Amino acid sequence: MDTLADIFIDPFAQMAANPVFLVKVIWEGLVAGMLYALIALGFVLIYKASGVFNFAQGIMVVFSALTLVGLHERGLPAYAALFGALVVMLLLAIAVERAILRPLVNQPDITLLMATIGLTSLLIGLGEIVFGGEPKTMIPRDLGLPSGSIRLMIGDRPLVLQRLDIAAGATALLLITALAVFFQRTRIGRALRAVADDHQAALSVGISLNQIWIIVWFTAGLVALVTGIMWSAKSDVSFALEIIALRALPVLVLGGLTSIPGAIVGGLIIGVGEKLGEIYWGRLVGGAIDSWLAYFIALIFLLLRPQGLFGEKIIERV
Amino acid sequence: MSNCLLAVEQVSLAFGGVQVIRDVSFDILKGEIRAIIGPNGAGKTSMLNLISGLYYPQRGAIVLKGVRYDRLRPRDAATNGVARTFQNIALFKGMTTLDNIMSGRILKMRTNFLWQLVHHGPARAEEIRHRQFVEKIIDFLEIQHIRKVVAGKLPYGLQKRVELGRALAAEPDLLLLDEPMAGMNLEEKEDMSRFILHLNGQFGTTIALIEHDMQVVMDLSSRIVVLDHGEKIADGTPEQVRANQAVIDSYLGVAR
Repeated sequence: MDTLADIFIDPFAQMAANPVFLVKVIWEGLVAGMLYALIALGFVLIYKASGVFNFAQGIMVVFSALTLVGLHERGLPAYAALFGALVVMLLLAIAVERAILRPLVNQPDITLLMATIGLTSLLIGLGEIVFGGEPKTMIPRDLGLPSGSIRLMIGDRPLVLQRLDIAAGATALLLITALAVFFQRTRIGRALRAVADDHQAALSVGISLNQIWIIVWFTAGLVALVTGIMWSAKSDVSFALEIIALRALPVLVLGGLTSIPGAIVGGLIIGVGEKLGEIYWGRLVGGAIDSWLAYFIALIFLLLRPQGLFGEKIIERV
Repeated sequence: MSNCLLAVEQVSLAFGGVQVIRDVSFDILKGEIRAIIGPNGAGKTSMLNLISGLYYPQRGAIVLKGVRYDRLRPRDAATNGVARTFQNIALFKGMTTLDNIMSGRILKMRTNFLWQLVHHGPARAEEIRHRQFVEKIIDFLEIQHIRKVVAGKLPYGLQKRVELGRALAAEPDLLLLDEPMAGMNLEEKEDMSRFILHLNGQFGTTIALIEHDMQVVMDLSSRIVVLDHGEKIADGTPEQVRANQAVIDSYLGVAR
């Protein structure tokens, strides 16, 4: 009976006892979730448009952040380095289209998946050769990101929020809104949705697949760069960051591989779920719950909705 | 010959060791309804794919509006007024009927994407203009009631009609139809025949179509190409083709 109480009653009693702390935990979860959502968004964009599960998304996060810091180290001002990193991501998109997507068009999915694994190795090697393998420090201050924290008083209890977290949340929100508007309103956006739906039909109305692929991979690169900056602002830019891509997997399971809103909502659910689980239920299993809780949440959703929250229903006519 | 919209010149196509099309030539004249017929596996759809740029021939060339292409790309075909439908329907299933048909006008949209982003100024005017054109197509095809329905949820016959609408949105000079009547009941076939005749008669759209229903083919088309095992075995008016011994043999089978 004690165990049941520990699981189902105690945590909620704690939440009720200190609601300001609960708000803080949820806030931290949302901030982490926003970043998960961004990573997942990179996967979804590429998967929708080119049908590839891009294994290299994680390394693209590292590589773009590394390029930014590396260029800054070589004496470029921060904003010039930011622009430089964007140019590099554009070149990468063009190279990927030329060297991988174009020759491998209409090949089985597994071939393309393998190609992106190859791309991962290539980018790790390239990054180490050009910028060295040592961890680097992100330059949030030079990029104009705020530091420090603000104190809000809720009743008589203080709530401390990191300025950087607020900036990260706002940037992610802005980026996602901008992408949504871009996809809904512009001709390129419509072309992109068309390509995502049916390659042959898209070709028949005169859409250039090659152009769309470059745009999509560049957009994924842009998202990777933003994720890289936000994530590494708290720690370092190192190749170990690559594993944050694994954080996006449960998000993708939850949100569906084909849905942009799914990636966002999925990211937030996982982020908040992880933090709540870690704080209120973590001690029951001796902590370290955050390394597997996301997968656990995803597994439960998978049992209930195999296509994900917003994924396309898989219906096959017989 | 200035009256020639498109010519296929001694085209051959193979996939690996399988010869799909062997040294076929024919032309499509402005304003005609040209049918391509033949038994299953004769290479009809491959021929349409060559004309719309989805396949490149190993030998031969496609001459479109007087320009000779060894490798005609899909975009070249589309920008030169070739639009098509597919045998197994290739709609954007996640989009509404309206969006599907609007996507057919992608090549006609000119304003800068920054204008489109703010949805104002020239972009707004352009969107409205295209929308009006698309509404005309919707009226013509009598699909007003499914304007906002997601295409993937429509029944087969209506999906075919939406696909035709998307092709029409490009204001094509040459419309390629791959089995437009397949799987349709008599009434739907009559509707589709009416649309095709109307398009050809009123707007002068040149049409090339693949169709298995011989009654439809004979009624609609001005000239017919007959393919069998990748080779052209006959080419002429419906009367000529009907009387052609090779065609009769290939359809009915002969003792060899």
